Amino acid sequence: MSAHSPARPSEQELSDYRAQASAWFAENLPPKPDFKMPLTFMEVGTDQQFHFLCEWQNKVYEAGYLGAAWPEEYGGRGLHQAFQNIATDEMRLQGSPIMLNTIGLNWAGPLILDMGTHEERERYIPGILSAEDIWCQGFSEPDNGSDLGNAQTRAVRDGDEWVVNGTKTWTTHGNYAKYMILLARSIPDAHNKYAGLSFFLAPMTVPGVETQPIRKLTGEYGFTETYFTDARIPGDCLMGEEGQGWAVAMRTLEYERSARGGQAGGLSFVAPDHRETIEMARRVRRGGLPAIEDPLIRDRLVEFMIEARSVALCSQRAAIGPLVQERPMSLPLSAKLMSTEFNRRIGEFSVALQGQSGAYGIDEPNGIDEGVWHRTYLNSFSATIGGGTSQIQANIVGEHVLGLPKH
Amino acid sequence: MFETGEERPGQIGFSEEQADLLESASKYCADKSPVDVVRRLIDDELGNDAAVFSEMAELGWLGIAIPEAYGGAGLALPEVVPVVEQMGRRLMGGPFVSTTLAAQLLLSAGTDAQKSEVLPQLAGGTPATLALSEPHGEFDLTRIECTASRKAGRLALAGTKCLVLDAGVAEWAIASVMLDGEVALVLLDREALAACERSREIVIDETRRSFRLSLEGVSVAEAALLDPARVIGGLARLELAGALLAAAEMCGGGFSCVDYTVDYLNTRKQFGRPIGAYQALKHTAVHAHVALEQARSHLYAAAHTFGDTEGGEVAVRMAKACVGPALAFAADRAIQFHGGYGFTYECDAQLYRRRAMWGESQYGDAMYHRRKLADLIL
Repeated sequence: MSAHSPARPSEQELSDYRAQASAWFAENLPPKPDFKMPLTFMEVGTDQQFHFLCEWQNKVYEAGYLGAAWPEEYGGRGLHQAFQNIATDEMRLQGSPIMLNTIGLNWAGPLILDMGTHEERERYIPGILSAEDIWCQGFSEPDNGSDLGNAQTRAVRDGDEWVVNGTKTWTTHGNYAKYMILLARSIPDAHNKYAGLSFFLAPMTVPGVETQPIRKLTGEYGFTETYFTDARIPGDCLMGEEGQGWAVAMRTLEYERSARGGQAGGLSFVAPDHRETIEMARRVRRGGLPAIEDPLIRDRLVEFMIEARSVALCSQRAAIGPLVQERPMSLPLSAKLMSTEFNRRIGEFSVALQGQSGAYGIDEPNGIDEGVWHRTYLNSFSATIGGGTSQIQANIVGEHVLGLPKH
Repeated sequence: MFETGEERPGQIGFSEEQADLLESASKYCADKSPVDVVRRLIDDELGNDAAVFSEMAELGWLGIAIPEAYGGAGLALPEVVPVVEQMGRRLMGGPFVSTTLAAQLLLSAGTDAQKSEVLPQLAGGTPATLALSEPHGEFDLTRIECTASRKAGRLALAGTKCLVLDAGVAEWAIASVMLDGEVALVLLDREALAACERSREIVIDETRRSFRLSLEGVSVAEAALLDPARVIGGLARLELAGALLAAAEMCGGGFSCVDYTVDYLNTRKQFGRPIGAYQALKHTAVHAHVALEQARSHLYAAAHTFGDTEGGEVAVRMAKACVGPALAFAADRAIQFHGGYGFTYECDAQLYRRRAMWGESQYGDAMYHRRKLADLIL
């Protein structure tokens, strides 16, 4: 990253910045298009959606509200992280569409800034921010999901190139991406499965790379299966040393799970939050009254509000040294488990709250909010499964926080 | 997309004083209250090591939230939270919490004369308690059947108080009664307390000492009345103070319960491997731990905002509602995961499970606070 961190801004500077960001988004938010907008970066399934979101990300970036805390020499603004957090918050508050290139912005980008050479940063970072270069991730395989360390896609050195063969899956933006962060096996006879893996910043535009869209449980698209058939990628696209792929992939997952900072920021989800569930409880009815007056519903809502606040408070507490002294990794490593499982359960409840109207499907105009709650609930599994399932997260917390034995 | 509700997110802050107290209390309580001492005190009639209580007074802990004018440190309840949390972690009994809460109620509702006389004593380590509960068992502190009536310039008391903590050692107590149809609080001195017929109650948390107190035939001077204008406000604040300290104690207990369980999961072997390697146990331990982490975040948010007119009450009730089920779950699973040994009195899991049941009985359980929260935030 940059040689020195910018100083913590004053409250005044931050509130001026918020006013400025707020005004910019109010003025520049695109009009609502006549097609359905993705709720998350994982469900960009049509060219229309893709181009709309590319353009919007670029506009936000040009205005300085994306990558604000990334170094200036690579296209960022070199500001303190607090500014980007405000910009991201304004996107949420003002109902901005999502930032499309999330894998570049929040996973690959911070990795390249942390570990990459000056040349790599110059080559990749500006395109990530401007959405000219879309990134995807090639970790999971059809036969190796949670057991990522067993990945079997092969990379064989041949002169100045690597020759890649194998299949990756759940490739978000696979059909649009210019680059993939790729985990592949280059040393098949290493002393253990992890030591045989290497990590590549692989171009997707070379011959021998093909993608096939996957339809998700919501009926939408957004993922592909990605096939490598004698695909030749440059020899210098290795990230880290050969055989260190596992460590690099684990570091990438820490960005993905927000256990490590350095992300470009920007909104990657626009799913309704618990306050909107409460608002819905005022509209739907039970026993002739708004559901929010039903004592059982009220108790459930209060439980969700307590838990929503838990998630937010834990991220605040993580920054208070004396309150995390004994198990410093506890809050960072459990953040994903906490928040994604919460979102799944409140999504489920938000559908149940609708009574008979819960019968309507996604896009049915007579359904409550056109089925956004069903879509939100079903899409919530992307986060309880992707980036390490909740069960894998529980193993991580058990082993690395509580010190329990490996299975 | 939608209009959003009015609920504001909570805030955590942590003062230097809190950090210092957390560190010193953590060491002190670990040193003074290893589990063999806890068990020895369970068998002790008073359930309390008087020397430790005096030491805590000398450290200034009993006066943390008492103004300097009355001999205290002039801090506030948020600074008491880390101390009580660490006491809870070591399952300490003794009259610290009851004395602290008595001082808080006196501060809120006492007359100047009462505060000047009593608060310096409490800050200095004279134990005190509260006689607010009655056999009906309701959490509402204003639902009172005991009475006071004026007779010959004095107040004649009647009725029965129960779950009066530490009445075996307390030298002061504040009792709630109905006087002329209004809720009133009376300060009982050593003499008045001695006049109450007293019997020890068996309570589920054996580190505690609790008594039933008959007020029949006891009379006190009119000057023993706390300021009538501040009684209702004082009791409302006390409920939150009591809930906050109970939450602190439970939260501390929860983390040591998880430590205790994890230790067993790492050492006990079955089918040739440590039982903590099995995900049925590992994941459950993680869920218990994560729930306690959430509760601890609520606890320190509640401490930080305690007393704020905006949000303070919500934060405290959320903390208490959150920690109760979290500790109960951790302790319930602690028993289960210790298997046959968990079923014995010797296993410490029961100490935590008992503490969890006790904690829910103090100043409102999770259901009580959620009910209150519904009206506050929905």
